[in-house]
Amino acid sequence: MYDTIGIWVGAFFTLAIYSFLYKENPVYRLAEHLVVGISLGYTMVLIYNTVILPKLLEPLFAGNHWILIIPGLLGLLYITRFIPSIAWLSRYPIAFIMGTGMGIGFPLTMKAYVLRQLEAAMVPLYESGMPWYEVFGNIVMIFGTLAALIYFFFSKPHKGLFFGTGSKIGIWVIMLGFGATFGFTVMGRISLLIGRIQYLLGDWLHIIE
Amino acid sequence: MRINWIGIPAALIFLMIPSLSVAQDSVENLTPTDTSVSEMVTEDAAAEEIEAQPAAGELLLEADPGLDTSGMITVQDKPNDAGDQLVVTFEPAVNPEGIQCYNVYRRIAGEESEDAWNRVKVIPADEPPEFIDGYDPEYPIKPGIFYEYRIASVSLENVEYFGSVYGAEIAAKGELFHTNKVRLLIAGGLFITLIFYYFWKAQRGTKMYLRPIAGIEAIDEAIGRATEMGKPILYVPGISTISDVATIASLTILGRVAKRIAEYQTRIIVPNMDPIVYTVAEEAVKQAYLEAGRPDSYDPDSVFFLTQSQFAYVAGVNGIMMRDRPATNFYLGMFYAESLILAETGSLSGAIQIAGTDAVTQLPFFITTCDYTLIGEELYAASAYLGHEPKQIGAVKGQDACKAIVMSLITLALVLGILDLVANTHTLDWFRNLVTVSIVE
Repeated sequence: MYDTIGIWVGAFFTLAIYSFLYKENPVYRLAEHLVVGISLGYTMVLIYNTVILPKLLEPLFAGNHWILIIPGLLGLLYITRFIPSIAWLSRYPIAFIMGTGMGIGFPLTMKAYVLRQLEAAMVPLYESGMPWYEVFGNIVMIFGTLAALIYFFFSKPHKGLFFGTGSKIGIWVIMLGFGATFGFTVMGRISLLIGRIQYLLGDWLHIIE
Repeated sequence: MRINWIGIPAALIFLMIPSLSVAQDSVENLTPTDTSVSEMVTEDAAAEEIEAQPAAGELLLEADPGLDTSGMITVQDKPNDAGDQLVVTFEPAVNPEGIQCYNVYRRIAGEESEDAWNRVKVIPADEPPEFIDGYDPEYPIKPGIFYEYRIASVSLENVEYFGSVYGAEIAAKGELFHTNKVRLLIAGGLFITLIFYYFWKAQRGTKMYLRPIAGIEAIDEAIGRATEMGKPILYVPGISTISDVATIASLTILGRVAKRIAEYQTRIIVPNMDPIVYTVAEEAVKQAYLEAGRPDSYDPDSVFFLTQSQFAYVAGVNGIMMRDRPATNFYLGMFYAESLILAETGSLSGAIQIAGTDAVTQLPFFITTCDYTLIGEELYAASAYLGHEPKQIGAVKGQDACKAIVMSLITLALVLGILDLVANTHTLDWFRNLVTVSIVE
């Protein structure tokens, strides 16, 4: 019984959201406001149950994690935004989060987006026994990387043989990469659409198995 | 006398640093000083014969000659960690026949209760008998604490046969310096030094050139269009957190854009998905109105939190686009699967759209649906372009210098690769090792 109601509700809201393809209408608006409201309420409960309760309140009341008072107080400082005279206090947790975020992120970014990429680009063009397509791939990768880097030079005009031609090749390489990504992602999206159609035609209307 | 309230919490943080240092020392005192040698655990004679205990519906039996159990367990402290990991290796069963996996159990040394054992790892029989203990947040390793281990051979019928209990002679110990990150430190130091050098040069008044970027030059035009049409401007700062570089770049641009909007007396709409990003965005817009000399024009409802659910947020923003019909949409920051839905709806609504992100997988969607797209680093540079502040222009110049270094290294590697081919040497491998960092620390 409850399953059937759930399927009907799911089907109704799927169609309500798809009705946006025609135009913005009251049914879509109903679905939109419901999904926004429910997701917000759900997130609040989720965060209370998965973060505030097990990671702050329970250890604090257990009496052996007094250090948690500091992040707890930092979190409470956000609420000072509602009191204009001390609203500036809310900048402390923001500064703390931005500072730690950048501090933690810097070595990770350096590693993943600079050194690992640099290492991957340091390959020989040819080694004995290497098939021709691999040699071609290495040439494209090395010169493509260099050209794309030239495109992202902001302090030099894109003129002349090195910066002018290099940046033109670079943008071609970038666009080719984007084209491949586009096709790959669209395939994933189509599978999502198929999933919804299967839900409507199978679970709801029982037209397909 | 005016009290510097901001300084008080900062002073408290400084006072806490020595306390944390003392706490670290006290932890280290608990651990043996010599950790360089691989420490072996001793067999706990008293626990030689472990009674099989039922757990999670499994039938536990005494060691059976039919199913061999594992041998000695060796525990080592994992170097370069915070004292929260141990490297555990064990001798697998001599006769592995009938064993599907090994269940590794741990408890704090000295605890006698059988309930104190926690299963910390399941290792399939055909995998190496080694693992790093401490990854499971449910059963963390604490520095300075000694643990006991025992391993059960699990039969194909899910019956556990326990081996002996081994007490680790070594406790986990944290290190202050991660020796595997020296290359990262050098590279990071070099890049930061370059950026600060160009900061310094820019502050001394050196003129620095920045090439034009179409997407950035179109920002003014887009704001002007909205003003002429009397319609609002929608600014979406991405759906990531404040720790994301793209979000920070977006918020900096938001400040610049909001200032122009304040000057033109146009309405801005900034829906947010992350509560912290929301608070920063609100501050940025408020500050921009103040700087533009129009604090009275600032509408507190213009920046708001929508929801933290990805597609609910998209539904909300789409609704805003179709109801309020903004003349200009900015999508600057970090985006995921929602990028196409947002940009496509914006395109349908007839708005001029400027997007920018460093999410490689989403850029193609913005390029196909938006009028202008800031690709990757163009987003980071946009703030400097809009503000024309010497410091930020210096930073862009510094980043260019970093790119030049990377290009030089790749070119050098290319030359060394050709040299290796011609002279049959191995210089490229040596050179590549200089920049190699391990994937897992």
